[in-house]
Amino acid sequence: MGSIGIIFKRELMGYFATPLAYIFIVIFLIANGIFTFELGGFFLRGQADLLPFFGFHPWLYLFMVPAIAMSLWADERKTGTIELLITLPIKLSDAVIGKFLAAWVLTGIALALTFPIWITVNYLGDPDNGVIFAAYIGSWLMAGGFLSIGSCMSACTKNSVIAFILTVSICFIFVIMGSPILLNSFPGWLPQFLVDAFSAMGFLTHFDSISKGVLDIRDMLFFTVFIGAWLTASAIVIEIKKAN
Amino acid sequence: MIEIQNLSKRFDQFTAVDNLSFTVKEGEVLGFLGPNGAGKSTTMKVITGFLAPSEGTVTIDGFDITESPIEAKSLIGYLPEGAPSYGDMTTLEFLKFIADVRGFKGEEAAVKVQRALDEVALNSVAHQTIDTLSKGFKRRVGLAQAIMHDPKVLILDEPTDGLDPNQKHHVRELIKNLAKDKIVVISTHILEEVSAVCTRAVIIAEGRIVADGTPAELEAKSRYHQAVSVRFTEQYDFSADLAGVPGVGSIEQDGEDALRFTVLAENAESIFSKVSEIAQKNSWPVDEFHVNRGQLEDLFRTVTQSGQEENNHG
Repeated sequence: MGSIGIIFKRELMGYFATPLAYIFIVIFLIANGIFTFELGGFFLRGQADLLPFFGFHPWLYLFMVPAIAMSLWADERKTGTIELLITLPIKLSDAVIGKFLAAWVLTGIALALTFPIWITVNYLGDPDNGVIFAAYIGSWLMAGGFLSIGSCMSACTKNSVIAFILTVSICFIFVIMGSPILLNSFPGWLPQFLVDAFSAMGFLTHFDSISKGVLDIRDMLFFTVFIGAWLTASAIVIEIKKAN
Repeated sequence: MIEIQNLSKRFDQFTAVDNLSFTVKEGEVLGFLGPNGAGKSTTMKVITGFLAPSEGTVTIDGFDITESPIEAKSLIGYLPEGAPSYGDMTTLEFLKFIADVRGFKGEEAAVKVQRALDEVALNSVAHQTIDTLSKGFKRRVGLAQAIMHDPKVLILDEPTDGLDPNQKHHVRELIKNLAKDKIVVISTHILEEVSAVCTRAVIIAEGRIVADGTPAELEAKSRYHQAVSVRFTEQYDFSADLAGVPGVGSIEQDGEDALRFTVLAENAESIFSKVSEIAQKNSWPVDEFHVNRGQLEDLFRTVTQSGQEENNHG
């Protein structure tokens, strides 16, 4: 088992050693139920798909994912265990990736536990299961995007509440970047390529197509590169801030 | 061997470690002394690779800590200041995690973990969550993770801080038993600890070395080296008896015990026999009479207070 695996195992065990993982999963499932059935009009639509379910995910993640990510590094710095971790014979990048993966797998577990809704829609009608599968992958990738921002923000501060607020704020910007409301408010003299570039950075732009079943390699690449960039930033921030 | 060459560490405007150079060889137990804020912890953080040096190099057995950090770090066992550990794990889980990171597998890992538990007497709390442990136990958990891989270089930042006298004694015995072919660097501000376990003491102040030698050598530099302590049974003026005796310097009266005096020796000469002869000749009403080896504490104060007044940067 490499260093990434060892860190990953410890972190994931840590989530389940405290009530954190259970609370996260339970609230995630309840919120999903409310959003899908009450607000999303799952039954009223009369369509055998999970669009109302996935449609709320960006907004659900906006608050739930930063709650997991906020302690990733802030707690290490607050308790001083970062000194232990960094003086062990492992690479900093391995620690950053291992911690990220553990949090990402936790969101993956929560997401996977929504499977009854997939069964329900199959029981009620005849959905396109390929589309639903693609949407699950897309949703998980998007959760990873949120988490990578959270990892970096958590590295910026010793205070996990500050990390939470910073993460929610930055994630919110990335969620609305591609939304028409924001794009329409841009002044007309802005060159089109700038508006396009701005829109291309938005989570909704990429997630919308995935949730409709279009598992485009470009959308997947977007999230992968996005996660990679924020994790690199995390490592740089840790390197700079670890001393204080 | 640890080689530290021209090591400096600056934080913005503040210089925590200023052009420090020294080497530590196998078998040495180095006591790293200095007032709070002198740069002890910072130096240890640079040696162990937590902080990058602003200037200079640190090599551990030939491995440069900035150029080959993984190789260098695997030779080091480190107890950081305050003995941090993951509070949500049990002692056993935490030590297993460390064994994993140190690359031990299966049976070997189990043996290493068990040996570490035995050495610092942690078996009774092996299944307890670290957060629920007392300060002394937490420190021992930190020690256990530091010694687990039988490291060549052991760096302990205030290893006995917060321990009761029995535990302190136990940890000192542990360090002494470890030391045969190893390098141990401990920072402390308990000076008795230095005489008890260290073969060499380095005193730093404001990031610079101000004294370096065996504890005995450093004691010899103290004002009180070769001084003779006398305690009388009743008031007695003995200054006239000692006037003009070569080698005898000033006489100090003890602040708390008015009958206790210290006769300082000039130029670190032995004056014990001379003073004892005079005492017999004049039949001093003596209760206690002995020679001082010198006080590390006195030297510590002398060398660390010569510069500016202390600052509080940790």
